[in-house]
Amino acid sequence: MLRTWRQRVTFTDIVVWAIGLAIGLVVIIGTIATLRSGKYAPSVWVDLTVRGLALGGVYALIAMGYTLVYGILRMINFAHSEVFMSGPFTAVFLAIALAHSGFLDEHPLISMTLILLLSVAVSMTIAILLERIAYRPLRTAPRLVPLITAIGASFFLQYTFRGLYGSGIQAYPIPKVLQGSIHIGNIEIFSTQIVAILGALAMMLVLYGIVQWTKVGKAMRAVSEDKEVAALMGIDVDRIISLTFALGGASAGVAGVLYALLFPVVNFFMGFIPGIKAFTAAVLGGIGNVLGAFLGAIILGLLESVGPNLFLDGLGIPTPGQLKDAIAFTILVFILIFRPSGILGERLAQAKA
Amino acid sequence: MQTKAPSSWQQAIQWGLIGGGVAVLLALIGMVDAFSKRFIVANAFTMGQVLFLAPLLILSYSAIGRIAAKSPIISVLAGMLSGLMGGAVLGVLVIIGNTLNIRPMFRNASPDLFKELAFNQGATGGVLSLLLVGLVIGAIAAGVFLLPKRLRSAVIQAAIWVLLVGLIRDLIITIVAQWVEKANAFPAWAQWAKAIILLLSGLFNKTIFAASGIKPVSAIILFIFLGALQFWRSGIPRQAPPRLALNKPEQQRRRLLTLAGAAILFILLPPILGIFFAEILDNVGLYILMGLGLNIVVGFAGLLDLGYVAFYAIGAYTMAVLTSPELGFFNLTYWQALPFALIASVMAGVILGLPVLKMRGDYLAIVTLGFGEIVRLLALSDWLRPWLGGTQGIQQIAQPHIGAKVLASQQDLYYLFLVGIAIVAFFAWRLKDSRIGRAWMALREDEDVATAMGINNVATKLLAFASGALFSGLAGTIFAAKLTSVYPHSMNFLVSINVLSLIIIGGMGSIPGVFVGALVLIGAPDLLREFAEYRYLAYGALLVVMMLTRPEGLWPEERRRLELHEAEPEAIEPVPETEAVPARQ
Repeated sequence: MLRTWRQRVTFTDIVVWAIGLAIGLVVIIGTIATLRSGKYAPSVWVDLTVRGLALGGVYALIAMGYTLVYGILRMINFAHSEVFMSGPFTAVFLAIALAHSGFLDEHPLISMTLILLLSVAVSMTIAILLERIAYRPLRTAPRLVPLITAIGASFFLQYTFRGLYGSGIQAYPIPKVLQGSIHIGNIEIFSTQIVAILGALAMMLVLYGIVQWTKVGKAMRAVSEDKEVAALMGIDVDRIISLTFALGGASAGVAGVLYALLFPVVNFFMGFIPGIKAFTAAVLGGIGNVLGAFLGAIILGLLESVGPNLFLDGLGIPTPGQLKDAIAFTILVFILIFRPSGILGERLAQAKA
Repeated sequence: MQTKAPSSWQQAIQWGLIGGGVAVLLALIGMVDAFSKRFIVANAFTMGQVLFLAPLLILSYSAIGRIAAKSPIISVLAGMLSGLMGGAVLGVLVIIGNTLNIRPMFRNASPDLFKELAFNQGATGGVLSLLLVGLVIGAIAAGVFLLPKRLRSAVIQAAIWVLLVGLIRDLIITIVAQWVEKANAFPAWAQWAKAIILLLSGLFNKTIFAASGIKPVSAIILFIFLGALQFWRSGIPRQAPPRLALNKPEQQRRRLLTLAGAAILFILLPPILGIFFAEILDNVGLYILMGLGLNIVVGFAGLLDLGYVAFYAIGAYTMAVLTSPELGFFNLTYWQALPFALIASVMAGVILGLPVLKMRGDYLAIVTLGFGEIVRLLALSDWLRPWLGGTQGIQQIAQPHIGAKVLASQQDLYYLFLVGIAIVAFFAWRLKDSRIGRAWMALREDEDVATAMGINNVATKLLAFASGALFSGLAGTIFAAKLTSVYPHSMNFLVSINVLSLIIIGGMGSIPGVFVGALVLIGAPDLLREFAEYRYLAYGALLVVMMLTRPEGLWPEERRRLELHEAEPEAIEPVPETEAVPARQ
């Protein structure tokens, strides 16, 4: 028994486990040190947790785009971060116009709906065009080809929007109603964060409902199971794939507006980092798995928000906030190493794409 | 899955609208305006006009090709309809631009742009001329399409060449002017050379080129001349190149001669082109060096690495930490620090390589991307500031020296790059056909089969990562020495994308492809200053178009080209089955 175990473990495994163990130790020591120092009051932690939940909700909506497309095409839509960027970056001009005319503060609900609709429409259009132009002709190509196309498309979109709307940062006007905060006991929570959490939850429910309970959702699941058999059953595979992209795009459009509520500036580069994090979230939960994406996103949002202060502060690292992206990337690398199928699991995890 | 095929007219309209859409996009992202001052043919048309009219031409042409009508009249009519639609879309943009102020949203929708689009006329006149021009362009597209095949390709190629000559007008003039200056100082015995230079200068300045663009008459002559040349060349029957026939003595000799010629050309380039181009040449050299390294990882071994900048950063930063007196740790010279920097890069390659061994293509891409970003974020952080300088980076990095001479000028560094490239290219070339190289390619094609054939998967992949990292680290050290400073901001994701784009566009796995890719992607945008802003836009579009139409690249590796086209009907040349693998030990 021992011998077979020893034969199975290779040098690579030992190195990988050693690195993993070292990072685990750093996290534990850092956490204990931070908590013992008592530098942060409990309300700070609650604050960070709420922020993490809001962020996680937004990541979950973006992650849906990755996960849905992956489920059907077994490819990572690298340009999804640009689908996410395109919506809010276009809708910001509507928001600015509404804010100028005063309509935004008078009728915040109507305005926000309009902004949301525009953002969703743009993101959806971009996602559908992307699939039609860049991915559809390459469905049977060798595995690297669509991936490179996706990278190319990502850059093309980024710099197209830069050309269209300029390279500067646009400030997102936020209606007055949402500018305040709510007090529960001695804990203060920003209204925008509450809206982001609720919005993300609602959108997640809608998406989950569509995938699980509608006819289109059934067709999507069938196509993801087996394209050829689905086609034989009378499902229009091309249309379903288009619809999947549209659904991912719509979700990204909503995510974009919510993200702009949390960080009220937009520019052409805004998609890159959230895109990678949402991808991380999708992988963390098990790519191709709708609930997994949601779970993974919440965990990632929490880790990113609480992590720097909790893990790194105790180690005496100055301005740990700078390293929050590094934490997300490290998580990504380690999930892919230790459990590439994610928390809730994914079929075909080790199979070749 | 479509229930009913669209009619010819619907197709013509559809393609025309797409063409118009592309033209509008090019106008709104500012390309038309940026190029509106650059004449291709003096006082006739500018690059800006080419940019918004070319989509109409190309898409009308495709529409005619799609419709494939039996009668030429229908082809012409379809082309005209398609062109008219494209012109109409542009016309709508002109009307919108003249009535509404869309500037707050679309930064480049300036009055200048609409003047350019309307051919310097008012709204009504502009729209009418756009429609007319659309019709004419559609007719031209149909005319070109209806030409016999040989003549058609000659016409198209000649037009592209005239366009390119018009674009690089400023460069030719700059180079010639530099030589005229130099010629004034020529000694008496070289007067004949001076005469030739002056003659050339006169030819370029007075006859061919105007103050901007080519003179109309010269353009027509050039077009006819190049067209005739192409037509004549395409008439020579070309024998099909032998498939993968390696190492025939005459081929080897020819290859050596080509190499020697290329070497002499590269050595002479800086004095020929002058100071103005030294910076561009250095950049191209830097990227060739990195491209050769990434080519091993992506092209040979098929491991898509998006964090390639990490090794470059590690090479540059190790060099900086070891040599900069600012930090005061070591104060080594460049040559003393070089081995350490290279070792550090290789170690990083192995450390990244180990955990990702089992990952498949798309996950690998994201993990390497994450790795690249982690390196950058660490270099940027306050935490490591005492060692890596944080946002301010590290200055006063030692420059390489030979004897007492410090290689500081851009021309000196060019030769350093050249030596580096020569060494790395030699290694890459020898590795490619070696046992290791073939193991890499076997892994690229099918990992399971390769492992079953007895290839040590772990060692082979690690070796690919390590050699890629080594070459990238080398590039990083020269880069650090060139600027004498490193900043975390210059180690961003775009560097990885640059390198990846250039090897993909050159041709994955092809060593000459790296050179071609670097010249096209790094050299060309530097030459056209208006283009700088649209560089990544063009990269992205190029990557997509390349993958859709020519996934093997501009200068493909033979084996890869065959792989990617094996599914196609082999009408071009009959393929003997026996030669698929070169039997060579």
